[in-house]
Amino acid sequence: MGSIFNLQQVVNGLQLGSIYALIALGYTMVYGIVRLINFAHGDFYMIGAYTAYGAFFLFNAVLGGSGLPMAAVALVLAMLASGLVALLTNRLAYRPLRYKPKLSSLITAIGVSMLIEYLFSALPFIGPSFRAFPEILPSVPIKLGQNATISTHALIDIGVAAVLMIGLTILVRHTTLGKAMRAVSQDKDAAKLMGIDVEKVIAWTFMIGGAFAGAAGLLAGMTYPRIFPFMGILPGLKAFIAAVLGGIGNIPGAVLGAYIMGVAETFATAYNSLLGEGIAFAILIVVLLVRPRGILGEKHADKI
Amino acid sequence: MKIPRTPWLLVVAAGFWAAVQLLRLVGFNDYYLFIANLSLVYVILAVSLNLINGIIGQFSLGHMGFAAVGAYVSGSITTLIFKLSPNVAAHYPGFVLALVAGGVAAALVGVAIGFPTLRLKGDYLAIVTLGFGEIIRTVFNNIDAVGGPRGLLGIPKFSTFTVILAFALITVAVIRNIAESAHGRNMIAIRENELAADLVGIDTTGYKVKAFALGAFFAGIGGGLYAHLLQIAHPTQFGFIYSVQVLIMVYAGGVGSLTGSVLAAFALTILTQLLKSGLSSLKSLTGLPIGGDWYMVLYALLLILIMLYRTEGLMGTREAKLMVIPEEDDK
Amino acid sequence: MSAVLKVTGMSHWFGGLKAVSNFNFEVPEGAIYGLIGPNGSGKTTTFNLITGIYKPTEGKIEFSGGDITGAKPYRIVRKGVARTFQNLRIFGSMSVLDNVRVARQYAPVSSFLASTLRLPSYKAEERARKAEAMNLLDVLHLSGRAKEQAKNLPYGELRRLEIARALATNPSLLLLDEPAAGMNPKEVQDLMALIARVRDEFKVTVFLIEHHMKFVMGLCERIKVLDFGETIAEGVPELVAKDPRVLEAYLGKKGGH
Ligand SMILES: Nc1ncnc2c1ncn2[C@@H]1O[C@H](COP(=O)(O)OP(=O)(O)O)[C@@H](O)[C@H]1O
Ligand SMILES: [Mg+2]
Repeated sequence: MGSIFNLQQVVNGLQLGSIYALIALGYTMVYGIVRLINFAHGDFYMIGAYTAYGAFFLFNAVLGGSGLPMAAVALVLAMLASGLVALLTNRLAYRPLRYKPKLSSLITAIGVSMLIEYLFSALPFIGPSFRAFPEILPSVPIKLGQNATISTHALIDIGVAAVLMIGLTILVRHTTLGKAMRAVSQDKDAAKLMGIDVEKVIAWTFMIGGAFAGAAGLLAGMTYPRIFPFMGILPGLKAFIAAVLGGIGNIPGAVLGAYIMGVAETFATAYNSLLGEGIAFAILIVVLLVRPRGILGEKHADKI
Repeated sequence: MKIPRTPWLLVVAAGFWAAVQLLRLVGFNDYYLFIANLSLVYVILAVSLNLINGIIGQFSLGHMGFAAVGAYVSGSITTLIFKLSPNVAAHYPGFVLALVAGGVAAALVGVAIGFPTLRLKGDYLAIVTLGFGEIIRTVFNNIDAVGGPRGLLGIPKFSTFTVILAFALITVAVIRNIAESAHGRNMIAIRENELAADLVGIDTTGYKVKAFALGAFFAGIGGGLYAHLLQIAHPTQFGFIYSVQVLIMVYAGGVGSLTGSVLAAFALTILTQLLKSGLSSLKSLTGLPIGGDWYMVLYALLLILIMLYRTEGLMGTREAKLMVIPEEDDK
Repeated sequence: MSAVLKVTGMSHWFGGLKAVSNFNFEVPEGAIYGLIGPNGSGKTTTFNLITGIYKPTEGKIEFSGGDITGAKPYRIVRKGVARTFQNLRIFGSMSVLDNVRVARQYAPVSSFLASTLRLPSYKAEERARKAEAMNLLDVLHLSGRAKEQAKNLPYGELRRLEIARALATNPSLLLLDEPAAGMNPKEVQDLMALIARVRDEFKVTVFLIEHHMKFVMGLCERIKVLDFGETIAEGVPELVAKDPRVLEAYLGKKGGH
């Protein structure tokens, strides 16, 4: 079997990390702007997976089964659905609590998460049981040197994540919306005085974050082809931890944290399954104790 | 001569006990008794969580992790005793000791978790306690000696109505007496403004650890009673979602109001059972495909609606008369 | 007279900002000492350093002859340093009485067990706490409000409540951060008399921050002036008020009211 520290684990870790990165970005963007741990974010990922699943059966006849067109349609619909649910969640549940104590929003977020999960589980045409995710694109292994392979799925996961992240970087750095987002995350009141429609920026942030989680849901469905209504809980938590590790509120930090998390989890699981289950929380606790602001996060101090 | 104050809490508990005994004679069946028992277990869990989340104003999302420790520790002890000699009646003292042992174990875990995490605040603390709760559960899921993923089976049914009621009474009385004491005042000051509390000389960290330990202790007792009611301790009984259920009780009753927690524990336990049976009879009547998870959907909605429209819950921070200890000189 | 508080070479950095720079002074026992300076000059930070909220980057703080540099805030309070806050920090949902008696931490509190069981020792202690708190409320003209929820009090009374609470910690040094802020002239007059009375009655040394010049000049025996964290003047009020650097940095800008 050889050492567990081999190239194959790194490849697997990067693949997993790409999915975490897409989820973590939404967490970190929302946190950066409204200082809310959006507990329901993992569920947007689940919604993405189910939307892609539904899209496959809906468009099977038109698009002639699997293939790139199907994958593209599934991706777009998954992103759209998750983005819209995120938008709706923000409007109905979080916005009314914007200026209330932070914990009210957090508890509401827990409620929203529960609501989405159990609603999916309770709806007769979805149900609580596992479903096999269709093979939208075939997985072909490509040899990487002596004893490692990279599958086409891994390439897609890493590739799609990279493209979306580059897109996000351009959006944040070079567009009016991106500038407004940065302004709001720095100082909401000042942004308001500068004439920025803060609520609109927040809405866009939720929408983009949700869409990214939706994309992650599709990729996860293809890669680990089993979906169920509670599938978002653990990846959501781990992506959140990745965001904290990188420095919550910091976009490159979330990506960095996610890849560290992906690789760490892959290695830990290869070593021992209990360790694999616990590594994320171990990382969280260590980070919060040693460097609560995360790797790239800036130091904040409350003025007294 | 001073007339001793009426111990109203004891009177109410005794009245409740007597009422149930009477009702037992006229058709209060085992199912109803089970609901009463379950409600009382939730009273213990909710009131102990309220000490942490309400009185001292921290935020724990891992309360069921403590309950799990209590359940597994006490369950392991009693199954062992029971195997040695299956005479149930002879084992009540042992059962009580096992429960206390479970509580102490949970408190120790609470302290171990409290020290590193309690300097965190609000949402961070919530996530870390959630993480710890899940770690505790995962650990039990992986210990074969307590059944691993199958759970700890064959726990004797020692949790009778009287025992559960007695422990619920003790829990409520102790936490009330602490909340209404100088220590409780210190804790509330920490909730109200931690920095100011620090700067009037309150050892805020020490209090947080103590409150965590005490809350965990009673949660451990509650978990032990729960396991001896259902005769099983299973990792899934102590998942995050059940911690949220207890949290909902605390918020529905009003964070900071022990009275509220007691009322909400009863109301929501009964409501859950009503919803479950109501939904299933609706299902068999209409043939509609309404699965068992709808009641959780309603729970979630309830939580959201409370946060949106009535953050203070049923009671706010108010207490019923019998939960207030009057000061000596104001009659 | 001996110094209650002695600070030597204290500096504090917030990242790249030097909020307090080479702060040196001694506060003699029983004095009323003033700290003034424009907004952002490091006054509150100085209080935060003395009370242990921040640990100074450099320097030493001695209180009653003992080193308290970097000690935990609650320990410093129990040694006898109490303070009020520029932005009020009351325990809003607690009663006025509770706000004050919760601050009596210098005397030991019965164990959890004794408190839970309401043992006689606990009851005696509670009686003492209450009597002492009521007395303090009396001195600060708040006894009529004892049962009210603190958050319902008007601003001026809240400032006095913070002083009562600080005194309940049984301090020998009282730090007041802008105690007259937001008060009308009549209230300011009363407060001056009150602080002088408190100093005599409770045998405390007072170190206060205030913008209100009449207040500072009328009450303080000595004044220290900060600007951008640096001490620019120190001495008796009459001399400080004439110091050209002070006039420029502070009085000039503020219009000297
Ligand atoms: N926690 C903090 N983090 C960063 N900078 C701070 C902090 N507290 C105060 N400052 C800065 O230190 C300087 C001094 O502040 P402060 O002591 O509050 O001034 P003053 O009380 O004299 O008005 C100001 O520039 C302020 O912005
Ligand atoms: Mg200041």
